[in-house]
Amino acid sequence: MFKRFSLLFISIITIYACSSTEEIAPEVNDSFDRSALLVNIVDNIIIPAYEDFSDKMSALKTVGETFTETPNETNLEALRSSWLSAYKTWQHVEMFNIGKAEEIQFSYYMNIYPLTVQDVEDNIANGSYDLNSVNNQDAQGFPAIDYLLHGLADTDVAILEKYTTAENNDNYRNYITTVLNQMSTITSSVVSDFKAQRNSFVTSTENTATSSVNKFINDYIYYYEKGLRANKFGIPAGIFSATPLPEKVEGYFKSDISKELSLEALAAVKDLFEGKHHASSTKGISLKSYLINLERVDIATSITNQFDIARTQIEGLNNNFSVQIETDNTAMTMSYDELQKAVVLLKVDMLQALNVSVDYIDADGD
Amino acid sequence: MLTKKTKYSFKEQTNAAPLAIFRLFFGLMMFASIIRFWANGWIEKLYLAPKFHFSYLGFSAIKPIGNYTYLLFIICGVSALFVAIGYKYRLAIITFFLSFLYIELMDKTTYLNHYYFISILSFLLIFLPANAYFSLDAYVRKKHYKQVPKWTIDSIKLMLVIIYLTAGLVKLNSDWLFRAMPLKIWLPSKYDLPFIGENLMQQNWFHFAMSWSGMLYDLIIPFFLLYKRTRFVAFLFVVFFHVFTRVLFPIGMFPYIMIVSALIFFDATLHHKIIFFLKRYVLKTKKKLLLVQNFNYSKGKRNLLLVLFSVFFAIQILLPWRYLLYPGELFWTEEGYRFSWRVMLMEKAGSTNFKIMNLETGKYFRVNNTDFLTSFQEKQMSYQPDFILEFAHFLGDHFTKQGHKNVGVFAESYVALNGRLSTNFIDEKVDLYQQKVSFNHKTWIIPFQSEIKIKGI
Repeated sequence: MFKRFSLLFISIITIYACSSTEEIAPEVNDSFDRSALLVNIVDNIIIPAYEDFSDKMSALKTVGETFTETPNETNLEALRSSWLSAYKTWQHVEMFNIGKAEEIQFSYYMNIYPLTVQDVEDNIANGSYDLNSVNNQDAQGFPAIDYLLHGLADTDVAILEKYTTAENNDNYRNYITTVLNQMSTITSSVVSDFKAQRNSFVTSTENTATSSVNKFINDYIYYYEKGLRANKFGIPAGIFSATPLPEKVEGYFKSDISKELSLEALAAVKDLFEGKHHASSTKGISLKSYLINLERVDIATSITNQFDIARTQIEGLNNNFSVQIETDNTAMTMSYDELQKAVVLLKVDMLQALNVSVDYIDADGD
Repeated sequence: MLTKKTKYSFKEQTNAAPLAIFRLFFGLMMFASIIRFWANGWIEKLYLAPKFHFSYLGFSAIKPIGNYTYLLFIICGVSALFVAIGYKYRLAIITFFLSFLYIELMDKTTYLNHYYFISILSFLLIFLPANAYFSLDAYVRKKHYKQVPKWTIDSIKLMLVIIYLTAGLVKLNSDWLFRAMPLKIWLPSKYDLPFIGENLMQQNWFHFAMSWSGMLYDLIIPFFLLYKRTRFVAFLFVVFFHVFTRVLFPIGMFPYIMIVSALIFFDATLHHKIIFFLKRYVLKTKKKLLLVQNFNYSKGKRNLLLVLFSVFFAIQILLPWRYLLYPGELFWTEEGYRFSWRVMLMEKAGSTNFKIMNLETGKYFRVNNTDFLTSFQEKQMSYQPDFILEFAHFLGDHFTKQGHKNVGVFAESYVALNGRLSTNFIDEKVDLYQQKVSFNHKTWIIPFQSEIKIKGI
């Protein structure tokens, strides 16, 4: 009796096993090619965006040198415009917290705001400082240049005086040079490192907490939630504090670019979701097509729509978020609310549909 | 003849070997589980790192005890080892039960049906003569008992049968059977499994086959294990099923515990072979002990135990169905979801954020959950109403203590269940700080309103 049963058991297993190997053939239509997803994101979005940013950084550094050699009105304007152009492209790369960028905390050295003005002024007065120190993360990067170009005084004439006739004027010039060198150096290292790792990155597609595809998706959502929603809107609008904090907006000293930068960042987030190539209108394989492939068109379109609703809401705001917060903070918090709805769609609905292993949980399940 | 078969005799004796082997393997498994838990760094991560712990209602006094938590795990592990070898058995199993229970009660974020299973099984083992045969206790007292009352071994079988049957019955719902949820979400994401990942795991029919066979397995396997002629085949299925689920899902030691537990259904021949093998090749002992025929409880003790067991099993049978006392969709409200062998039935996730409002001025700010919770806690809190309420109370107390006045706590919560789009979960107008923590129905949960209803058990 036992023998007969074991025979039956073994034959069931065998049939099962054989039929499953035969399945490899053409019937497969619902398995998504994650490697193709990564290739599109890496080759058409991350690397072009990195290269674009790297070029803008080199240009910024050169224009910076011209200014520090000859601090005049023309060179100041040129530096400002080069800074803004690089800052806008930065909005397309801040979300890539991967590889070297993650290792050295790239964004912590590039875009911590609000800037701690006192630290900057102390560094300048001392003339010696270590920008690699964690304590100086809030005294460098785009916000520091913002301050040095727009925030030192009320008029351009007075600002230029800081670099020409004021006490410590050489230290002011040096600070610009050092900050720009630092930004440029770490940018080159992040970009070249990522390019070198490109092949291993695009083939790491397994569903584990440490694979490229999972880490990338987790980081992407984290950036949207923290870097975009919280930093650009939530914190200055006082979402997390008893009162609004209008001095915590991005680009505070230039003052009229916080909206422009945030719209740029939102566009970058949406483009990545839809697989749109950097600085082009071509679209490739994306998280959106992944969702559609899993028969979750509902989630895919909800996310796109929600990004668009948030954009419309933001477009109605003042160019200067500080002014917006001080005059009518409700409009600001409404933008936050629309952005928050997309967090739910990304974090709850999309992650559930993709069933991505999340990096922070490795305890047993039921 | 028929009456003889159907009538259960509490006086019948049976061979003690299956119980001894069960004790040995159970102890070893528990010891291994504790080592594994420690080695994975989970004591630190799950019990020491969090600043706040979610408690079971009525057990809020039970919290991790700093670095002494490690001592607790040592006690638990050592007592498991003592259970395995059967030394000072009664003391060992009581110590194991209490320390394990304490660990489970420290934070309900880590609740798993597996852990609940171990808790109640070790409770049961306290009262069974698992050291009667092949134990260090027997060696010390120089006396083995050949037979123990049959009902003692049958009580373990009954426990397993209840678990399998309940787990099978609760799978009889439309999400599991007709939408293949949540396996339809989980299996395709196993695309990186060798051989079957890119093909089998992606097939719609396979998701349904897995759902249905899982349900049938749970409902049929206990009978096949009980019936002698099918037992061996049933055991092969037990091994296959649990190993397969281990490959697919991160369920730790549980499959092995279930496989080893199923050995209790076999008759003593198998267990004697195991014991013979262990004596000959592992212990290398030829020492003969005095073999006494029967272990028996005193009549008073036996009757007391039978009453206790009756109550225990009545609770075990009824507890999973307590959800019927609550209105609303069980998967949505989770009122009566725990302790009911509902294993792998839901893929549920949420996003829940809190507003702290001054009720007088209407001014408010939002809380950053990660200031208080680990990511694991935040994930669990986000879709379980009792967690949300407990955390809301904690936040209310915290901000009141900080000097905020007229504190009200409101939740903005969205939850997605088994592949439905996320919807609003908690009534945003309800001040959760004013809601009492209790077993009553939570009226502030927005009723389940998806058009895809869940029908069935």
